[in-house]
Amino acid sequence: MTAPAACPDPALFEFCLRMGDNTLVLGHRVSEWCGHAPVIEEDIALANTALDLIGQTQLWLGLAGEVEGAGRSADDLAFLRDAWDFRNLLLVERPNRDFGHTLLRQCLFDAWHLEMLTALCGSSEPRVSEISQKAVKEVSYHLERSADTVIGLGDGTPESHARMQDALDRLWPYVGEAFLPDAIDAEVAARGIAPDPASLRAGFDARIGAILAEATLSLPDSRFAHQGGKTGVRHTEDLGHMLATMQFLQRAYPGATW
Amino acid sequence: MTQARPSEDQILAWLDQVPDPEIPAISLVDLGIIRAVTWAGDTLEVTVTPTYSGCPATSVINMEIERALRENGIASLTLKRQLAPPWTTDWLSEKGRAKLEAYGIAPPQPAGGPERCPHCGAAEVERISQFGSTPCKAQWRCTACREPFDYFKCI
Repeated sequence: MTAPAACPDPALFEFCLRMGDNTLVLGHRVSEWCGHAPVIEEDIALANTALDLIGQTQLWLGLAGEVEGAGRSADDLAFLRDAWDFRNLLLVERPNRDFGHTLLRQCLFDAWHLEMLTALCGSSEPRVSEISQKAVKEVSYHLERSADTVIGLGDGTPESHARMQDALDRLWPYVGEAFLPDAIDAEVAARGIAPDPASLRAGFDARIGAILAEATLSLPDSRFAHQGGKTGVRHTEDLGHMLATMQFLQRAYPGATW
Repeated sequence: MTQARPSEDQILAWLDQVPDPEIPAISLVDLGIIRAVTWAGDTLEVTVTPTYSGCPATSVINMEIERALRENGIASLTLKRQLAPPWTTDWLSEKGRAKLEAYGIAPPQPAGGPERCPHCGAAEVERISQFGSTPCKAQWRCTACREPFDYFKCI
């Protein structure tokens, strides 16, 4: 969504939406596992990860609403926008498929998220820095777990290895979007609010390269990147289906409260 | 106007009587989430920091703080959320750490894992899962007494 004409800081608003929509969409995706994971410990781990991400969403979308200045709350932004108004990376809206696929997607996201949040701790915008200092601790923990699981399953049985390689081949074309800058990224970078996304690539590659090598998985050669998530121009159809579930209650019973 | 306001130490003592809703063995003060209590005129301002961004206990904690202070006669109070510096398990009180262990939860250690089994005291422990029954805990087990236990994650 384009910020309303009256929004005093459209670039910061968009940036907060990007951060918050990533955590919201992935948090919801991960929560879809609740009650369905292969073992109870993993079920609990997935639910806890989702909870952290939804908590971070409240902070990011809360800040987006504050910056926008139109009186919209984090809940309004989460439940009352349609797919084209979402600013998340395509990676996080990809369906869960199997457990290994879910954890590989998590690992790819966590590795980017950790690089991003670490840089954002030094943001010139104090509210962005504060949220990031909080979130970076949680995300370091997420990466520790997702990396361990990717290594365990990649370097596991022939069946688990094949599934993880398949997951990597499917997800890799959705990784590049995170590192491709646009005009909004350029503005927030120039103002010291956020890093240039391209500057995070080397750290990400090193981190993911080490994990995948230990997991005995082969990185696809192609750097082709699907785009359109963080600009909202072209989400995959899966996002709409996810929102239909996530937003049903507020759409059917507007204003319902807990 | 000369009526004495309760001192900040007194208020902290009251809050030290409020159990954490998820881990009632320790108080909110033990948990280290009460960052400040200050008077602004006749209004008491209580600064609280969340443990984890999405901890579902946060809203209950705020209600409990308000209830406890109103019961002690504080008529006007505001709760302020403070994110930075982010909460760390270093802020758990010594008293809180001892109570956690007596309750069966191994207190956090900088090494990243429990020092010993909170049930039998053996040092032979292994991790079951990085996450546990609340965002702040992980699941471990003792290979000596074979009992599983919660470990308070170190962050």
